[in-house]
Amino acid sequence: MSSLLEFLFSPLRALGRYSILMARAAASLDEIRTYWSNLFDQMVRIGIDSIPIVSLAGAFSGAVLTVQTSYQLESPFIPRSIIGSIVVPSMMLELSVVVMGFILAGRVGARIAAELGTMRVSEQIDALEVMGLNSVGFLVLPRVLAGVLMFPVLYVASCAIGIGGGVAVGHFGGFITAGEFMDGARQFFKPFDPFFGLIKAVTFGFIVTSIACYKGYYTTSGAEGVGDSTTEAAVLSCVFILVADLILAVTLL
Amino acid sequence: MIRIEHLSKGFGSLEVLNDISFEVRDGETLAIIGRSGSGKSVLMKHMVGLLKPDAGHVHVDGRDLCCAEYGELRKLRKRFGVLFQGGALFDSMDTFDNIAFPLEYFSDLTSSEVEARVEECLSLVNLEGVGAKKPSELSGGMRKRVALARAIALEPQYILYDEPTSGLDPETSNTIDQLISHLSDELNVTSVVVTHDMHSVLTSADRVAFLHDTNLHWIGPVDALHDRPDPVLDAFVRASEYHLGDPSASVPLTQDS
Repeated sequence: MSSLLEFLFSPLRALGRYSILMARAAASLDEIRTYWSNLFDQMVRIGIDSIPIVSLAGAFSGAVLTVQTSYQLESPFIPRSIIGSIVVPSMMLELSVVVMGFILAGRVGARIAAELGTMRVSEQIDALEVMGLNSVGFLVLPRVLAGVLMFPVLYVASCAIGIGGGVAVGHFGGFITAGEFMDGARQFFKPFDPFFGLIKAVTFGFIVTSIACYKGYYTTSGAEGVGDSTTEAAVLSCVFILVADLILAVTLL
Repeated sequence: MIRIEHLSKGFGSLEVLNDISFEVRDGETLAIIGRSGSGKSVLMKHMVGLLKPDAGHVHVDGRDLCCAEYGELRKLRKRFGVLFQGGALFDSMDTFDNIAFPLEYFSDLTSSEVEARVEECLSLVNLEGVGAKKPSELSGGMRKRVALARAIALEPQYILYDEPTSGLDPETSNTIDQLISHLSDELNVTSVVVTHDMHSVLTSADRVAFLHDTNLHWIGPVDALHDRPDPVLDAFVRASEYHLGDPSASVPLTQDS
């Protein structure tokens, strides 16, 4: 009976610990000046260092989406420009930001969880605390802030390169000219679309970094625990990205 | 002074410490000994507020850590230097930056003063010239000495050592023990040494607290160990690699034959 209760309540306990950790991080905001260098370091690691992989994924997503849309709409009665009007909003609203979120859940989330988890099991977090430092302010806050600030930047890069990839493959592959593509994109462009993408990017940035920090910060059981935290951080981030994606689509579109 | 009052701690159904009370007097070196898993490190972590007791209190200079707000706890922790079992050096930083880290956050020293202080700390632990090395490039004994240099960088009032000689060869262990004694004499700090190494105890401690079966089984001056004051304690001491030799001898321990 007690193990059943434990099983039922463990998600609630996890949610409680996660909320407390985020509240402690928020309460450390007034100390952020102390951790400036840490914040900039994380912005580089999470943001700048991720540009190549995010750009690659964006370019291929845009290119493949263009080819597949062209294939599905192959009809003399459908103007070719419609391809641009499908690819561009799809990239802005969904594809680039979700693909980017999944990639960064692995690249950024797993790295953060492994880094903090190793610091936990090797007592480096305890060492920070006994020096009188606020370990949450020093480790968690800069990572979460960097995620929230840099994911939108990566989204813009991913989206722009993805659309560019679509234009290039459409043009050089003979599916649609660049002019037709851009005409289609302009025809159905809604200013809210990129704004919606930015909202998603901020949300996903928070999800990936906060879950990774939570999993890493509360790691136990040595090397095995670090491995578990890393895996759980990546998997949970992907799950919550999907959940948040649906919630945002239902509420904001 | 650190005063522990009726401290109890458990993890789930496992009781680790039960109604522990004692005090660490200013300027002394207290060794906490006991078998592996007897709660020595758990007790030490209570002294800096890294763990909260299930019952009881920990007073540092009259302030109860258990009731202290987080901000006050952080201020109190600045009076401590802690040598963790594995050193707990920051992997991403080299030796110099590890030692300079607390100075950069908690002192008003200029960069040249920080540099001088780091060199001074390294020379105190006999490790001049390793500032550029990463922790992964250092041996176990060197890592512990660098961690000790970091622990003393801010000239703490209290230094806590968690298994300072575990996993080290006898010669390096001797060096660490001598460093502990030297730092206690040189810096006049109050020290708590958590260990099961009797050589460390006899070399560096003034008093000994023995944990057994979740309780504080015995506490007294280190010299009293020679009188075999308690059969359980005596069995623990005799079970170690060494037993007590002639206290007047220059080497206080003899190899058990």
